[in-house]
Amino acid sequence: MDVFFYNLYHSYLLKGEIQLKKKLLIFTCFFLLVSLLIPSFALAAEAEIDTGDTTFILMCAALVMLMTPGLALFYGGMVRKKNVLSTIMQSFFVIAIISIQWVLIGYSLAFGTDHFHLIGSLEWMGFIGVGMLPNPDYAATIPHQAFATFQLMFAIITPALISGAFAERMKFSAFVLFTLLWATFVYDPLAHWVWGVDGWLRNLGALDFAGGNVVHISSGVSGLVAAYVLGKRKGLGTESLLPHNIPMTIMGAGFLWFGWFGFNAGSALTAGSLAASAFLVTNTSAAAAAISWVVCEKLHHGKATALGAVSGAVAGLVSITPASGFVDPLSAIMIGLTAGIICYLAVAIVKFKLGYDDSLDAFGIHGVGGAWGCIATGIFASTAINEAGSNGLIFGNPQLVFTQIISLVATVAFAGIMTYIILKIVSFICNGLRVSEKDEDTGLDLTQHGEDAYESAAWGTSTI
Amino acid sequence: MKKVECIIRPTKLDDVTEALNEYGIHGMTVTQVMGCGSQKGRKEIYRGTAYDIHLLPKIKIEVVVPALQVEDIIKIVRNSAASGEIGDGKIFISDIENAVRIRTGEKGLTAI
Repeated sequence: MDVFFYNLYHSYLLKGEIQLKKKLLIFTCFFLLVSLLIPSFALAAEAEIDTGDTTFILMCAALVMLMTPGLALFYGGMVRKKNVLSTIMQSFFVIAIISIQWVLIGYSLAFGTDHFHLIGSLEWMGFIGVGMLPNPDYAATIPHQAFATFQLMFAIITPALISGAFAERMKFSAFVLFTLLWATFVYDPLAHWVWGVDGWLRNLGALDFAGGNVVHISSGVSGLVAAYVLGKRKGLGTESLLPHNIPMTIMGAGFLWFGWFGFNAGSALTAGSLAASAFLVTNTSAAAAAISWVVCEKLHHGKATALGAVSGAVAGLVSITPASGFVDPLSAIMIGLTAGIICYLAVAIVKFKLGYDDSLDAFGIHGVGGAWGCIATGIFASTAINEAGSNGLIFGNPQLVFTQIISLVATVAFAGIMTYIILKIVSFICNGLRVSEKDEDTGLDLTQHGEDAYESAAWGTSTI
Repeated sequence: MKKVECIIRPTKLDDVTEALNEYGIHGMTVTQVMGCGSQKGRKEIYRGTAYDIHLLPKIKIEVVVPALQVEDIIKIVRNSAASGEIGDGKIFISDIENAVRIRTGEKGLTAI
């Protein structure tokens, strides 16, 4: 700044504008004085920011961001060729929608000053007041903006998870409006209940380390409601609606597993022992669930499938999420093994008995796995891992299981009812939620987006 | 002129084309096709649910030859494409009215 004014001062001199000389001199002196004072303020602030923690959280935010494109591939591979782009868009475009919603209103609603223990205020709309100084209520050693950005990535992936339930049949316009309303009226309040200062579930003592309630139970249950409201895909039961590219799904699952380290370890919000513990149990649970899912398949149908292995791994990642900051590696093995079994039963047996069409098992994996993780946290949590947590059932505190169940029931009821209402509103505004039958036959890629993912064999090179 | 359409197992494509080449047949059209017959479909498993897949992938080879060669071709294809198991495929023979070589305009047997 000083150099700028100095140059300015000279340029005026050259032009002969002598009358300004005095004024500019005073101005320059003033800025010199201010610039001498500013570093002392800045130093006082910097003393509280831990560069290691800040680096870690920014890296973790980037890892969690990558989970959503990973989810796009995970889901994209499981649909038919004609719907792969629309399915990928229903994850990828959420990054765009929520990134803006979060800055404008979302973060403030979730983490702003509490109102009635239910919702944050509007004080941080547009990120005004979300500055570079740490906010000790949430993370005392990193800039407030780093915390808010890290949280943004969670807000992005959650509505994207729901899209697995209504894949291959929802209008793009209805999807965009639903995502925006769901984020604002379901995700933001829920995040406030569980993580916001004075949120009622946080005050109750319910434990949710990285988002089992907020991210997985909420998206899973909302997916189930959406699957019921939208109805089944055309041809379910009569045509084979099989995955078109399982390697794509496996690559997506790889991105999810990789990004989940940022999700869970990063939720420690400091780069220390708790993050390391969360990192290890995350990996352990994913591995255990991949094994137990595949074993279930082998016993049930005689084959161990690749799609089963990655589905199991994701179920294990979901289940460890609320527990990741409170349990030891042996508990993680128990949590993962159980997750693989119950999620398998949910998608292979219960889904068909109940007759809903959760296309890509958003409920079967995220809802069921999230619910198990919520209860498992009440069973396996230990203050030896995290002093800020509580002991669970096996450490002599059965009360925590009840607290966890209350938070589970509250999340299921709130997300379920709100999703139903939002879908009805969206249906009214968009003149229906589903594409027409003809469009569903043609595929959503062509009818919703006007593009074709794969060059048609008739026009391309030999397919042999 | 006859057209011989052979529906064969995908794994037998190289054997059949080699055998036809040795016999002197150099022109053919090969297509990936799906079909069903006496060979039953197969079971595929996705997320714990078994699906019956009725249509199986096959290869269709089409050659147009002088009527006199048809019996030889049948022999060659049966020798090179048969495994003895159900699902080896079928051969269909039909009449061809005429053929035209696009580049020169030649017609009939000289065109094939």
